[in-house]
Amino acid sequence: MEEIGIEHGHVHHIDPAVGYESSKLGMWLFLATELLLFGGLFAVYTIFRAKYPVLFEEQHHELNKTLGAANTVILIFSSLTMALGVASIQKGKRNLLSILLAITIICGVMFGINKYFEYTAKFEHHIYPSTSIFFALYYMMTGLHMLHVLVGVIILAVLLVLNIRGKFTEKYNAPIEIGGLYWHLVDLIWIYLFPLLYLIA
Amino acid sequence: MANHTVAETLPVPFLEKTGILSWILSTDHKRIGIMYLVSISTFFLIAGAFALTFRFELLTPEKNIMDPHTYNVLFTLHGAIMVFLFIVPGLAASFGNFLIPLMIGARDVAFPRLNLGSYWIYLLGAIIILIALLKPADTGWTFYTPYSIQTETDVIMITLGIFVLGFSSILTGLNFIVTIHKLRAPGMTWHRLPLFIWASYATAILQVLATPVVAITLLLLIAERTLGIGFFDPAKGGDPILFQGFFWFYSHPAVYIMIIPAMGVISEIIPVFARKPIFGYKAIAYSSLAIALISFFVWAHHMFTSGISEVAATIFSFLTFLVAIPTAIKVFNWTATLYKGSIWLHSAMLYALSFIWLFTIGGLTGVFLGALAADVHLHDTYFIVAHMHYVMVGGTVMGFFGALHFWYPKWFGKMFNENIAKIAWFLVFVGFNLTFLPQFILGTQGMPRRYATYPPEFQTLNELSTIGSWILGIGIFIVVVNLIKGLFNGEKAPQNPYNSLSLEWSVPSPPPHENFEEIPHVTDWTYGYGKKQNTEK
Repeated sequence: MEEIGIEHGHVHHIDPAVGYESSKLGMWLFLATELLLFGGLFAVYTIFRAKYPVLFEEQHHELNKTLGAANTVILIFSSLTMALGVASIQKGKRNLLSILLAITIICGVMFGINKYFEYTAKFEHHIYPSTSIFFALYYMMTGLHMLHVLVGVIILAVLLVLNIRGKFTEKYNAPIEIGGLYWHLVDLIWIYLFPLLYLIA
Repeated sequence: MANHTVAETLPVPFLEKTGILSWILSTDHKRIGIMYLVSISTFFLIAGAFALTFRFELLTPEKNIMDPHTYNVLFTLHGAIMVFLFIVPGLAASFGNFLIPLMIGARDVAFPRLNLGSYWIYLLGAIIILIALLKPADTGWTFYTPYSIQTETDVIMITLGIFVLGFSSILTGLNFIVTIHKLRAPGMTWHRLPLFIWASYATAILQVLATPVVAITLLLLIAERTLGIGFFDPAKGGDPILFQGFFWFYSHPAVYIMIIPAMGVISEIIPVFARKPIFGYKAIAYSSLAIALISFFVWAHHMFTSGISEVAATIFSFLTFLVAIPTAIKVFNWTATLYKGSIWLHSAMLYALSFIWLFTIGGLTGVFLGALAADVHLHDTYFIVAHMHYVMVGGTVMGFFGALHFWYPKWFGKMFNENIAKIAWFLVFVGFNLTFLPQFILGTQGMPRRYATYPPEFQTLNELSTIGSWILGIGIFIVVVNLIKGLFNGEKAPQNPYNSLSLEWSVPSPPPHENFEEIPHVTDWTYGYGKKQNTEK
């Protein structure tokens, strides 16, 4: 009887409340792995900044502070719309969630467009990952982060489509919540990257 | 095919459905466990064959069958495949998948589809590594910079494969942690959990927390080769020792990812065949967590001769000694469990006893290597090779074979030939010791590892080692043939052939799909053997 049940849709073999708790715990564990992944890069950053303070100070002037600050504002704002989205579906406001998800996605895309202009400007000045340790760090850290923004936008887009199809309700909205957790992490990492790379004094 | 009303009254064994799709699309943890078991065993045999080949080259001091480059490639592949495709996923993914839901009284893991996804990712990583064999790397399995940046061989492909395997490992660990937290049956409190579960839990924590670091390390190595970044390249202001630090930050905890599940297996086998409650349950349970914790702070003991500071070396030496404590706690408790037990020398028990003996040698020689003065002398000699194989083969592989013989009836519903299993065990045990004991002596005499040729005075011990590898190879061959033969013409296994008290033996052999008709209510721990009943709460 359960042979098919387990293979489609939600997991049938566990109680929905346990399923909700499980997915949240699972997502927090996954976020821990993300922190360690970036933690490796932060460690590399710390080591080389201590070793070459002058190089970091000099070369960080090449980075575009205005675009960096704009992207910071955009991401923080998108975290707000995401959090409001989670709150709205918990009150059963499905249409509001769709609007908020759409705004969050647009913010993510805008972030990407800014990054595109930033990178192309660097390439025009012949600044590549191989130029120096500082730019290697700049490209690796922001590049890996950009990849996460991209994945986040895809996840949010899937959630938006599912929401428009009426999948989420007041009672069942765990994917929105854990998708939101992921988006907040992406935001949080950028909040560290921005001062570390753009605002070296 | 099954009539649904019949299925409701008579549970269908999970092995009943056939056809390739019923396997590669199955989210049943027992089937996923079998897919892992078959995959890792295949890679174990392939990587073992590589070892037999280059061990043959070492029969005589000068070149016989291969040039040094081929030799370098073979030991690299032996190490990389054994580590990343066999022993790291190993017991955790195969027996962990099969046993965790059964032992805690659950119908499946917390995320069955993610579990299947982990297996596919494992396969993808394995395929990438197989493609990498077209132009195989010659760096050793550790991919040390700067050589791994300079070599002409294909380092990118194999590290990419390992990067992908990392995702599989992380997701499996995540799944198991959530399963153990959330899906325990009513009454299955933490202190009633079988010790294999505690071991799997500690392993899963390591998988989740350590693997991301190797992922970023390998990503940076790939970026060094493709984008020309210079974190590990002294010519560009980078630091090659940094790579070693990063690599071992993962790979030392990974050593415990390899061994802790085997320790869990031993903790299950010994009380059943000694017919006694496990001695020091809580000590064994918490020592698994202690090992996991300490293992994050010992990585630099791989780098004592690489040029790290004396202060760092002294601290890491001290921390390394600390790992010996929880490890010894386990060994003493197993021994105390055996004391005055009524021992049944089943083949699984023979492997468990071998584990205690061989792992103790492996562990103690590890303490020698953790001592700074001894390490300077022994580093990069055959002493390391012997030490590591006493832990990995004498420990993990013995645990793996023990687990195979112990849970075989439950998993496959068949019995294997016990007499042949004992003969095979004897050959494995003798062959293993003959292969690796001489290497301890070779190491103390100063024979360096990773060379295709050696001075003639080392020949006798190398001959013994090579002959030992043949005996070991024959032993493993018999193990495999015996177990495969049992699948086809073994007797039907009873539900509980060893009168074990653990939950997995309370369901039919093989278990039905979804394991339990009704989720059990647990009232006692699983080790209440003999007259003495439950004393632990």
